[in-house]
Amino acid sequence: MIAAMASTAPTTLVHLSAVDLGIIAFYFALVLGIGFYLKRFAKTGEDFFLAGREMTAWVAGLAFVSANLGSLELLGWAGSAYQYGILAAHWYWIGAIPAMVFLGIVMMPFYYISKTHSVPGYLQLRYGSATSALSAVTFAIMTILMSGVNMYAMAVVMKVVLGWNINFSIWVSSLTVGIYVAAGGLFSAIFNEVLQFFLIWFGALLIPILGLIETGGWKGMVARIQQNFPGQDYTHAWSTLGRFQDNPMGMHWTGIVFGLGAVQAMGYWTTDFLVVQRVLSAKDIRSAKMAPIIGSFFKMAVPLIVILPGLLGLAVLPMHLVPASSLQPGQYSYNEVLPLMLARYCGPGLLGLGITALVAGFMAGMAGNVSAFATVWTYDIYRPFLRKTAPDQHYVSMGRWCTLIGLVVSIGTAYLAMGFASIMDYVQALFGFFIAPLFGTVLLGMLWKRVSRAAGFLGLLAGTLSSVTMFTLMKLDHRWVGVFALSPHAQGLAQDMYQALWSCVTCVVVTVLVTLVTNPRPDEELKGLVYALTEVAHEEHTSFLHRPLFWGVAALAILVVLQIIFW
Amino acid sequence: MSEKHHIIPVWFFVGVLLLVYGFLIFVSGLAEWSHPSNTVLAELHAPVWWGGLLFVLGLVYCIKFAPARKS
Repeated sequence: MIAAMASTAPTTLVHLSAVDLGIIAFYFALVLGIGFYLKRFAKTGEDFFLAGREMTAWVAGLAFVSANLGSLELLGWAGSAYQYGILAAHWYWIGAIPAMVFLGIVMMPFYYISKTHSVPGYLQLRYGSATSALSAVTFAIMTILMSGVNMYAMAVVMKVVLGWNINFSIWVSSLTVGIYVAAGGLFSAIFNEVLQFFLIWFGALLIPILGLIETGGWKGMVARIQQNFPGQDYTHAWSTLGRFQDNPMGMHWTGIVFGLGAVQAMGYWTTDFLVVQRVLSAKDIRSAKMAPIIGSFFKMAVPLIVILPGLLGLAVLPMHLVPASSLQPGQYSYNEVLPLMLARYCGPGLLGLGITALVAGFMAGMAGNVSAFATVWTYDIYRPFLRKTAPDQHYVSMGRWCTLIGLVVSIGTAYLAMGFASIMDYVQALFGFFIAPLFGTVLLGMLWKRVSRAAGFLGLLAGTLSSVTMFTLMKLDHRWVGVFALSPHAQGLAQDMYQALWSCVTCVVVTVLVTLVTNPRPDEELKGLVYALTEVAHEEHTSFLHRPLFWGVAALAILVVLQIIFW
Repeated sequence: MSEKHHIIPVWFFVGVLLLVYGFLIFVSGLAEWSHPSNTVLAELHAPVWWGGLLFVLGLVYCIKFAPARKS
């Protein structure tokens, strides 16, 4: 998809001035400077892998939401908004907010009290080595592949938008990320994610502001969309979800509510270590609970800078964008809507800011992946299976080397993706295989003390295998789409939602059945790991305004209001 | 942000970033005032007010989270 963009790009979209280049250069200088500055603080394993566990709720919360605000997501979801309309906002609302609140209120206490350093680390404590190893190995491989995919995607976007050489983009970005993450560990990654958060907001917010001025507000934008695309509904989030064939996504409301909201989002936001690692860096349990809830308020607002530019593209762009798969020379793909809108409204200076935001997003995505990889490799694979007893300093060195080796593997993946473009789609699909069933495994383990070690492992394995099987069958024969996704009209995203739903159901059913025929672990081994045996600090004496539960309910209330407004 | 390590708060670095970017964008907006760039709504001079906003926010962050004040 991205490669198709590179091969058919008509000309570069924008040309940078001296001030734009100065803005980009300053960003690189600043992040390298911060990396070298933070190196002196990343001395112990807890410093390097968990940022000393001393981040405030605000820093951990912004890093948490920022880790998922990479440029690939921004460009992709703005393109999805152009293609599917406001339906794409579900991935920022019901597909994120309930899961983030659930993580903060229900799951975070177990992660935090168990003092685990990672999600596979929790699985090690709860289910033992086999389940932890399955999760750690798959996560490590997929994370590093994703880092390479991110790297290649950035290089292609820079080529299409700016005409930069692909090799130049890959090597400059990976060297910069390698230096600052190897120096400061998670400290550097989190600092850069907070910077990226501000860059993306200030770099992209002008697009909706100027776009709404041009169209005369929301109503003017809707009128222009109806004029440009008569007979199609791009601006209602729920009213077209009654039947698969009534919306361009081929989606049904059950897929959004159960597949996306109840399974896929819960799986991603509560068990994907890349994002959970940011919250584990919080300085105390209240900060750890508040961090995802603070993040949820910003996540809810992200459609303003991602979905709205896509909708504005439908209203104001003089040309019709096309899918990347059918891109012809001289045409632009859906994924280019954000750079096109940037070029439409932003002149010298502002353009540099917008491009820097994209570069920062890509680099933060790479940094997040390699820092999570270094942690899981060192603590969940190397230490338990290869070298159990070594000084803390040895593991820190291993983490630094892992960061660099991980980047070298990522560069290799980036060049692999250059040769075999479809590998990008498959890597992203592979990542999805493990997330949904993992949620079932972790949640059952936290809430039901009866679940045995064998049940956890077999449930996770069965869920993952069922996900792979469904994906393969739907790719090989379209008739299976009607079976698994409930309708032959279901498109790619809808298929993903039902695949996630059924794989999680498979995991839960297998886990429950195996639990009933195996012996549970003794209670004393499960203290601090399951709900019935964990003393969670009560908050009766804390004022309402300081209670995570209060803010979690407030986030959910705003979510409901948004759904009603855009129904 | 950090009590154990006495690290300069990330907010200070955010302030530096916004301050420098705000200044550069504001100045480039002023420089092109009489010859606006070939973009839609260029007559609104977005770089001037957006750059000014970033500069002021950056200044506030730099002052509020300056390392000398924290120590």
